[in-house]
Amino acid sequence: MAISPACARVSLRCLRTACGVRQLSRFLLSFGFVLFLIWFALFHVTSPALASVVLETADRPDDDGTALRLMWRGDLAEGDSLVISRAAYPDTAFSPVATVDAMRAGYTDQGLSRKITYVYKVEAAGGRTVLSEPVSPSASFLNTSRLVMLAILALYFISVLIYIKLAAGGREFFVRRISGLNAMEEAIGRATEMGRPVLYVPGIDDLNNIQTIASMVILGDVARMTASYETPIVVPVCKPFVVPVAEEAVKQGFMNAGRPELYNPDNVRYLSDEQFAFTAGVNGIMLREKTAANIYMGSFFAESLILAETGFSTGAIQIAGTANIHQLPFFVAACDYALIGEELYAASAYLSKEPKLLGTLKASDVAKVIIMVLLTAGCIAESLGLTAFAELFTAR
Amino acid sequence: MRTEIPVAIAFVAGMLMVVSLFVPHPFIAEPAAVMRSWAIIITAFAYVLGVANIARISLHTVKKRTTDWQYKGALVVALVAMAGVGVSRGIQTGGLFDWAYLNMYVPMQATMFSLLAFFIASAAYRAFRARSVEATLLLVVAVVVMLGRVPVGEKLWPGLPAFTEWIMEVPNMAAKRGIMIGAALGAISTGLKMILGIERSYLGSD
Repeated sequence: MAISPACARVSLRCLRTACGVRQLSRFLLSFGFVLFLIWFALFHVTSPALASVVLETADRPDDDGTALRLMWRGDLAEGDSLVISRAAYPDTAFSPVATVDAMRAGYTDQGLSRKITYVYKVEAAGGRTVLSEPVSPSASFLNTSRLVMLAILALYFISVLIYIKLAAGGREFFVRRISGLNAMEEAIGRATEMGRPVLYVPGIDDLNNIQTIASMVILGDVARMTASYETPIVVPVCKPFVVPVAEEAVKQGFMNAGRPELYNPDNVRYLSDEQFAFTAGVNGIMLREKTAANIYMGSFFAESLILAETGFSTGAIQIAGTANIHQLPFFVAACDYALIGEELYAASAYLSKEPKLLGTLKASDVAKVIIMVLLTAGCIAESLGLTAFAELFTAR
Repeated sequence: MRTEIPVAIAFVAGMLMVVSLFVPHPFIAEPAAVMRSWAIIITAFAYVLGVANIARISLHTVKKRTTDWQYKGALVVALVAMAGVGVSRGIQTGGLFDWAYLNMYVPMQATMFSLLAFFIASAAYRAFRARSVEATLLLVVAVVVMLGRVPVGEKLWPGLPAFTEWIMEVPNMAAKRGIMIGAALGAISTGLKMILGIERSYLGSD
């Protein structure tokens, strides 16, 4: 088919026009795509700081299933802060939990429920976010960080039981002389000669302190001695919960001495829960009743020296025992005899001479040897740069 | 039975507390937490025993007019007055109870505490007398430490503060830790004796 020149010119013009339109449309499409990318990057992609951040959630190990651990890593700058929000999955209503420094290694969310699955949102300024995977906290059956402690405690328990068994079988154990405890009878004897009462102060802590419990046990033995000498014993008490236990201990001591009729319930006296009101009350007893032997056994604080110096001024024989190391120098300075730390706990076995109780002292000695060996090994390991040994004994 | 049942209760409660230290799971942790709450409640009730004890002994002394009965009388009056004000007017800040506490009790407490300064001086005087080798050593070390902690010590010898710190951080700390380890073992064995019922004198008579 023949094409006329005029027709060919028109066709060429049309073709050029068509190419221009195509090019224009291509250009517009490309430009639109670039615009879309810019818009998407601005409003839908996380900030440069969070773009490369990875958020991980995990159950906190060795706990009761009430905490989750959030960790993030990536290119984070100094001064950035992250808003952490939490939702109960599949609910998407996030509530803020904390705002933290982005440079922190992580965050532990506590007070959670084991029955709920949680999802976390970490948000930077501008509303840009990273979501976590759904996660639930779970409870551990064993705190693995305390395994070494458990093993040591179990060994100690076993050694106590072995020595108690040996003691019950008639084995005799050597117990070193404790001057303060030997002086106890001498002090009570002196009070008897002077016709004055004995004062026994069981510290100012409650029965949840093991020192107060140890003091109650010693009180029973001291009460037995005072009863056998027919000397009154006055026991001022700082915590009301200690009153019935002290009454029972004194009553039992008098019964063990075969003199229950000498027991005077008015001599176990609750004074005050307040530290210095109690101190004033005890000082008053010392000064008014002229106690000849003052025995302080238990947990003491700032009142220790006030009591001991007042007792010194009255001329009483004073025997003190505490495991509070910050008060020991005061007792050592102001009292005639002082039981230091573990001697307070050994007093009951020492005074009663009961084989079973003496067995526990022996077990403590064995434990001390083991601890000394471990300390020496730890010193050597740390000196050689082997930190793993010390970490074994670090409990969470 | 009077001692067996309390020993059994002590064993169960004690072992629960020991196990809860190593087993964080709620089947152990929750009963242990409940038991700790019970302890708080029981302690609160024990105040009734304390008040009964103090009232009984003080009233007995006042009634019999024994030596210094007036002090006991003042104690009973103060006890009743403070309790009465607290119950009738409340213990809110700025109230009468709060006023009495801040203007009467707190100054008296501060007076007692301030006695400590004088007692420290008198006890230190006795303790630091060089009567034996140990007391002399104590005296010398105490003087060095005291000098090392005041500006004049540094004037005397610039190395004295550092030497004082070394005394406190090395030999002193070593002795303290030794006492603490011994006391901790004693505390564990006392607890064990209670839990296992080996030590039961605190339970009173059979």
